[in-house]
Amino acid sequence: MVNPTKSYKNTFILLIITLFVIIIINISLGSVYIPLKQIFLSLFDGQTERESWKSIILNYRLPKAITAIIVGSGLSISGLLMQTLFRNPLAGPFVLGISSGASLGVAILILGASFLGANISAYAFTNWGLAAAAITGAFLVLSAVMLAAIKVRNTMSILIIGLMFGSLTAAVISVLAYFSSANQLQQYLFWSFGSLGNLSWKEISALTITFFVGISLVIFIIKPLNSLLLGENYAKSMGVNVKLTRNLTLISTSLLTGVITAFSGPIAFIGLAVPHLTKLLFNTSNHKILLPAVAISGAIIMLICDSIAQLPNSEYTLPINAITSLFGAPIIIWLLVRKRKVFY
Amino acid sequence: MKLSTKHIIQVKDLNIGYTSKKEVKTIASNLNVELDAGNLVCLLGKNGIGKSTLLRTLTKVQPSLKGEIFINSTKLETFNFTDFAKIVSLVLTEQLPDSSLTVFELVALGRQPYTNWIGYLTTEDLGIIQSAFEKTNTKHLMNSKCFELSDGQLQKILIARALAQNTPIIVLDEPTAHLDLHHTINTFSLLKNLASEFNKTIIVSTHEINLALQLADELWLMTPNEFISGNTEELIANNSINKLFESDLISFNKTLKQFTINNS
Repeated sequence: MVNPTKSYKNTFILLIITLFVIIIINISLGSVYIPLKQIFLSLFDGQTERESWKSIILNYRLPKAITAIIVGSGLSISGLLMQTLFRNPLAGPFVLGISSGASLGVAILILGASFLGANISAYAFTNWGLAAAAITGAFLVLSAVMLAAIKVRNTMSILIIGLMFGSLTAAVISVLAYFSSANQLQQYLFWSFGSLGNLSWKEISALTITFFVGISLVIFIIKPLNSLLLGENYAKSMGVNVKLTRNLTLISTSLLTGVITAFSGPIAFIGLAVPHLTKLLFNTSNHKILLPAVAISGAIIMLICDSIAQLPNSEYTLPINAITSLFGAPIIIWLLVRKRKVFY
Repeated sequence: MKLSTKHIIQVKDLNIGYTSKKEVKTIASNLNVELDAGNLVCLLGKNGIGKSTLLRTLTKVQPSLKGEIFINSTKLETFNFTDFAKIVSLVLTEQLPDSSLTVFELVALGRQPYTNWIGYLTTEDLGIIQSAFEKTNTKHLMNSKCFELSDGQLQKILIARALAQNTPIIVLDEPTAHLDLHHTINTFSLLKNLASEFNKTIIVSTHEINLALQLADELWLMTPNEFISGNTEELIANNSINKLFESDLISFNKTLKQFTINNS
């Protein structure tokens, strides 16, 4: 018998080629012009004409590109998982309050530093301090949503609970901001703009390891996620342990979102917009196809956003969060106006 | 505890209903029934009498309040999820969530209890999916998207998915609720055929009493006072059908084999 499952090989090859092209474009853009040949030379350990070029590529642009790839992939996968689990096209790490939880952790650290005392604030403003705070915040909000999920079976209610947690954390942040000094407020504001740069190789390896832990959990729930497309009752009747699947999904999402938000700030819209774009492109709901597709598309779109944010040939860098929103919001509006069916 | 292997389903002194923190709400009590393989059973009763609750209890979706259920002589509680999925498959009334699954993908999901961790379909799996399409006569729909199907086509596809799950028992909750007469009859004759030709045990809850009386091998009647099960002909003969609706408005006419409005 012919297996009519469509082959997406060509689309994937095209996506991967696009990814590599965009990586090269992303690395070659910046405030300093570096010839393409020199870029390849520095990437593959050759001798560049100027030592500074190699240093710019290896210590600044390459780490930033890698961060963009991980941030884009991780957030998009989180969004896809949330959309399937909650069977709601508007679900995403933001909607469930996970990103807000991470922000709350950071806000407490930066804005609440005066309450914590000077000793702690010395540690607080390192990236590591921020990371720990954001991951803790993400986990706390997610555990609260998970506890609610055990009590409330209806996925729509869980979504609303997630939104409420988002509002709650936003309110707490506002109160903290009200009592903070201008200096602290500025620090928090800069973090909340989001940034893909400024990460050391050490921090990138921490980000990468957490990313792969999150992804490997996801690989094991591809099959149950597919049966969840028919709803929880059908999934159960096909032998799926719905509770375990749900918990694994939530854990991997909080790992991915938490660590990404910590290192790069709360980046909006990627988690929501990329899965929809990918579903339009691939026209499938099968997670075996969608997961890698969403991961690659997320990386590509994040790299594009980052390339725009750098304002090529200028000294300025725009906040990455502004660019993703400028890019993401019109897409969602366009999707809704065109009345395309939005799938989970 | 092993029982005679003859009955594929055996229910003993079953009470069904819901438990909340404060109270136990019994919906039906003292249910006793034995069922042999290869029968088409129609579960009849008026709205709200507990048909869905009974089906949910039998399919391990919700726990029973009292009594025992044996499937293939094994106690219902002792099955794990995957093993149970190889014995009982479901066709539910609830609407499918929107997705861009193709018909093939949906039917192939029925193989999930058998496939490996990533859901790889072996040649054997593909063969069983193929025969599920053939039995339901839906092969031409294979490459369509599920959201493109009409209600009648979708119902057939959902039955095909249950067949792909390759279980001796198939439970359907009001499968013809949204269908016109043509598709309703089509669905019922398909179910009848699956029971008689492929020895499937099929339990259908339905309001299509006329069709049930003509096609069902056995009837399970849920009336306000008692649960009656038995051979269709016998239940017609001893006028048990009349107990379904205790009302002055309609009564069962044995010769016509259908309910008629009382002329008063």
